[in-house]
Amino acid sequence: MNADFTAEELDFQQQVREFLENEFPAEMRAKVDANIRLSKDELVRWQKILYKQGWVAPNWPKEYGGTGWTPTQKHIFGMEMGLIGAPEPVPFGMKMVAPVIMAYGNDEQKQRFLPDILESNVWWCQGYSEPNAGSDLASLKTTAVRDGDEYVVNGAKTWNTYGQYADWIFCLVRTDNTVKKQEGISFLLIDMKTPGVSLKPIVLIDGHAEVNEVFFDDVRVPAENLIGEENKGWTYAKVLLTHERTGIAGVPRSVRRLRALKRVAAETEDGFGGTMLENPVFKHKLARIEIELEALEFTELRTLASLSAGKAPGPESSILKIVGSELAQEMDELFVELAGYHCLPFLPEQFEDGFQGDYIGPGTSASAALTYFNNRKLSIFGGSNEIQRNIISKAVLGL
Amino acid sequence: MDFSYSEEQQMLQESVQKFVQKNYDFDTRNKIIASEKGYSEENWSLFSELGWLTVPFAEEDGGFGGSAVDLMVMMEEFGKVMLVEPFVANAVLCGGLISLLGSEDQKAELISQIMEGKLQLALAAAETGSRYNLASVSTAASTEGDNLVLSGKKVVVINGAHADKLLVVAREAGDVRDRSGVSVFLLDRETEGVTTHPYTTVDGRKAAEITFKNVKVPAAARLGAKGEALAALETVVDRAALASAAEAVGALESLLRKTVEYSKTRKQFGTSISTFQVLQHRMVDMFIECQLARSIVIMAAMKLDSSDSDAEKAKAVSAAKSRVGHAIYKVGQEAIQIHGGIGMTEELDVGHLFKRVTALDILFGDEDYHIQRFAAL
Repeated sequence: MNADFTAEELDFQQQVREFLENEFPAEMRAKVDANIRLSKDELVRWQKILYKQGWVAPNWPKEYGGTGWTPTQKHIFGMEMGLIGAPEPVPFGMKMVAPVIMAYGNDEQKQRFLPDILESNVWWCQGYSEPNAGSDLASLKTTAVRDGDEYVVNGAKTWNTYGQYADWIFCLVRTDNTVKKQEGISFLLIDMKTPGVSLKPIVLIDGHAEVNEVFFDDVRVPAENLIGEENKGWTYAKVLLTHERTGIAGVPRSVRRLRALKRVAAETEDGFGGTMLENPVFKHKLARIEIELEALEFTELRTLASLSAGKAPGPESSILKIVGSELAQEMDELFVELAGYHCLPFLPEQFEDGFQGDYIGPGTSASAALTYFNNRKLSIFGGSNEIQRNIISKAVLGL
Repeated sequence: MDFSYSEEQQMLQESVQKFVQKNYDFDTRNKIIASEKGYSEENWSLFSELGWLTVPFAEEDGGFGGSAVDLMVMMEEFGKVMLVEPFVANAVLCGGLISLLGSEDQKAELISQIMEGKLQLALAAAETGSRYNLASVSTAASTEGDNLVLSGKKVVVINGAHADKLLVVAREAGDVRDRSGVSVFLLDRETEGVTTHPYTTVDGRKAAEITFKNVKVPAAARLGAKGEALAALETVVDRAALASAAEAVGALESLLRKTVEYSKTRKQFGTSISTFQVLQHRMVDMFIECQLARSIVIMAAMKLDSSDSDAEKAKAVSAAKSRVGHAIYKVGQEAIQIHGGIGMTEELDVGHLFKRVTALDILFGDEDYHIQRFAAL
C-alpha cells in the first residue's frame, strides 16, 4: 500500500505550484482572499491564462485539447488550484456539455462548439431542473416538437446558474410524451439569443441573483443542435453525471478554508483575553473537522487509485458529494461562530467588485453569514444528499 | 404543577395573535423592512395603545408588572411572524437598565416615554474584541470637571440606526475586563462627536456601528453609581437572551409547520415527498427539537420569576439560550433542506425565518458560549 507521490509527481506538483504563483493574477488572488466575488471578465481572463498554458481542460481527451494527465496528476493540479484559491473553470461548458459533445456529438458539432469552450470564448449554462422537476429530473416537461428542420421549444427551466452571463444553454427537453419518461428526453443546444428565450433572475437568501428561471416561448432551434439521437438525452446526461465527478468532494477548497479557519480563529479575541483558537471547545470542533477532512481526502485518493488502475468510476462519488458538502457546511458554521456579532451587518456590496465605501467588520466577518446561507445549497444541488444516499443504498448496499 | 397560561397571559397571547393575523403577513413585513426606518411607526403606536410596551415595566414605575413568563408569551408570538419592531431593544434592554439603575427622576422622565412609544432607544454595548463578555469594555469615559468624555466604538447596535437616545456602556476605571469600573450613560444619539454608520442586518433589522469621539456628557447622564453598572447590565442582557430564545421558539414552530405543509404539497417521483419515511423521521426530529426548546425556555422563564439566586437564574438562561441555539441550527437547516431549491430563495418566507433564527442564536451569546457559561456557573 502506498500513498506517496512518485518523484515525477512531486516534480509535477512543483511545476504546477510555480505556474500558479506566477500566473494567477495577484489582484484576483487578493480578491479571493478577501471573499470578494470575481467578475465574469476576471473568470474568463483566468480561464484564458489556463488555456494558454494548455491546462484549462485536464479532463478532456488529449486530442481535443486536454492535458493527457494521469488521475493523480489531475488530483495534484486540482489540489494546488484549490490551495491558492484559483477558481476552477466554470463547469457548464468545460465539464458538462463538452464531454457530451465529444462522446455523442457529430464532427460538425465538435468543430463548432468545442474550440470556443476550450478558449472560453463562449459561456454556457445548464437547462435541466424545472419547477416541478427537481430531484425527479426525468419528469421534466419542457417540450421540443420537430417542425421541418427545427425544434420548437416551450417550457421553463429553473436554478439556472449564471444564465445572465451565458451565450448558450444545453437543455434536456421532452421529445416524446408517449414513452417511459426517461426514454422521451433529448439533449438540445440552444443559443441564448434565440427569439423566445428570456431570463428571470432569482435572488437567493444571501441577496445575490446567482440563478435564474429561463423561459422558452416557441423557441425555434435548428435540428442540427440536437446532440446524438432523439430520445437518448437522458442516457447522455446520466453517463456524464457518473463519469465526471472527480473534484466533487471539494477537498482543495475545504483544505484552504480550514487553514483560513485556523488563521481567523487565532485572530479572533474570545472576549476574555484569549483567542478562539485557544478556546478548548472551539479547538475540539476544529480538530474533528480536520480529521474528517483527512478521512475524506483519503477516500478521494482511494477512488483516484482505483481510477488509475483502470476501474470504472462508481457510486463512491456519492460518498464524496455527501461528506464533502456537509463538511463544507460545517466549516461555514464555524466561520459564523467566529464572526459573532460581526456577521450580522448585511453589506454584500463590501464583497463585490469595486467597493469604495467604509469597510465594516474585522476581516471577512461580514461575509460569514452570507456564505453560510448560500452554502445550504451544497446539500441540495448536484443531486441532493438524499438522492446520493439513495444511490449508495441501491447501488452499493443492494437495498 | 400547572403550565397553562393564566387568563391574563392568554389575553396577552391572543392580543398579539390577533394583531399579527390581521397586520403582519410576509408581504407587509417586507415592506416595513424596505422602509427608511425599517420598522413601522404606526405599529409602534399601536403596541403602545395595546399596552404591550408596559409589560416589562414594574407597577411602581407605571408598568404592567409583567413576569418573565409574560415576556416569553409575547416573544413567542413575535417570533412566529419575525416581527421587526424593536421591542427588545426598547422595552427589555434599555427599559430594563433604566429600571434597575435609573434614579427616580430618570425613571420618571424616561419610562413613561418608552411605554407611550415616544422614544426609540438602543443599547450600545458590544465592541470589536468583546464577543459576548459584557465586562470587556474599552470604550472610555474619562472625567473632565463636571462632565465625562466618551471615546470608543460600539458595534452592531441593534436599533442604533435611528434611535433617539443611546445607552452607552463605557469604562470609567480599571482594566479592559475588570468587573468594576463599568458605567452606563444616556445620551442623544445625535450628540456632537457621535457618528452613526447605519445598515440593515442579515435578518432584516436596523443596526449601526457607532463611534464616539470625545463626546462630552454631563455626570447626570450616568445611570446609577459610578463604575457599578455591570451586574445590572448582565441581568438585563440575560433577560434579553431569554426573550430571544422565546422568540426563536416561535420562529422554529413556524419553520416546522411550513416544512410539514410544504412536504405534503411537493410532489416528486409521483408522490408527495411527505410519504418518504426518511423525511418523516427528520420532521419528527424537528418537532422534538421544537418541544425541547419550548420546555427549556419555560424552565428558564419560571426560574427568572422565582426567588432563586442570581447564579441559578443566570445558569437557567444559559441552559435555555444554548439549547435553543442548538435547536436553531437543526431545525433551521432541516427546513431549508426539505424545501429544497425554493428554500434558498429570497422570495419565500422560509429563508427569512432561517436567517432570523440564525441571528437569534448569535445575539446575546451563541450555543457554545452559553454551554461554557453554564458549566462555569
